Amino acid sequence: MLILTCPYCGTAADETELHPGGEAHVVRAGPEADEDTFEAYLFQRANPRGVHFERWRHSHGCGKWFHAARDTLTMQVHGTYPAQVTEPPQDILDAIEEARAR
Amino acid sequence: MFDATSHPARPALEGATFDGLVRVEAAGLTGMITLRGDVDAIGMPVADVTGLDVPDTLGITGDGVRALAWMSPDEMMLFCDYAEAEELAASLAGSLEGEHALVVNVSDARAAFRLSGPEHRLREVLAKLTPADVRPEALPPGMIRRSRLAQVAGAFWLDDAGDLRVICFRSVADYVWALLTGAARPGSEVDHFRDVRM
Ligand SMILES: [Zn+2]
Repeated sequence: MLILTCPYCGTAADETELHPGGEAHVVRAGPEADEDTFEAYLFQRANPRGVHFERWRHSHGCGKWFHAARDTLTMQVHGTYPAQVTEPPQDILDAIEEARAR
Repeated sequence: MFDATSHPARPALEGATFDGLVRVEAAGLTGMITLRGDVDAIGMPVADVTGLDVPDTLGITGDGVRALAWMSPDEMMLFCDYAEAEELAASLAGSLEGEHALVVNVSDARAAFRLSGPEHRLREVLAKLTPADVRPEALPPGMIRRSRLAQVAGAFWLDDAGDLRVICFRSVADYVWALLTGAARPGSEVDHFRDVRM
């Protein structure tokens, strides 16, 4: 069972209260992008074996979109953070580094 | 033409009651007004009109007649008498004029239930239906929790009288009634919260 803490309401939300929104921080190509670039924007994802930055929506709770850093190999959640950022905040990156160093 | 006066509102599951591990009642027509906007902007006007404190995150405040619930960082729900909802929504909209805000009387789009009985049984019935943490420390009185009830969205809180209040969309009222009464069926005791005493 996956539990993510919503950064807006502070609720430790079970996965079934949430709706996944795919990879976070994807930058939209265009509007002048060529087809290959736009296809990459639409369909190609990093999908590393390890830490993913993901979008989630607290759909059965406060309704807000947020971000989560989660290791798909270990299922460790490194943290969640608000949606109004274009890259992971430093404290999340630090938490990931700390987990790796262990 | 539709004439509202000749089609009086009927509550979901009118008058239904069930006695099991706890008593489950359809709460009847309940006034519910959705308030949407920046809480910093709409909080004060709403508090003035309703006489209620603006709830903190996940909080619900009340005076025994009306209640004001936090629903999201930019949404509150006002519970009131069904008969006053339309007028109250209008005066709230008036007091929020000029603000980027939304006031909607959603009374007829929601259904409400009241569960009464020993606290450990109330929490047990709820725990069978939701992934939310409903231990006393996680769901104390004065807190409202939006989550799911089996397959549908719902919200619940313990009121000042110690009753468990549950709301859902009216379109799934029959389903939620079946859930609640099923979870309260005699003989289905789990006793998970046996250490919780009133
Ligand atoms: Zn939330």
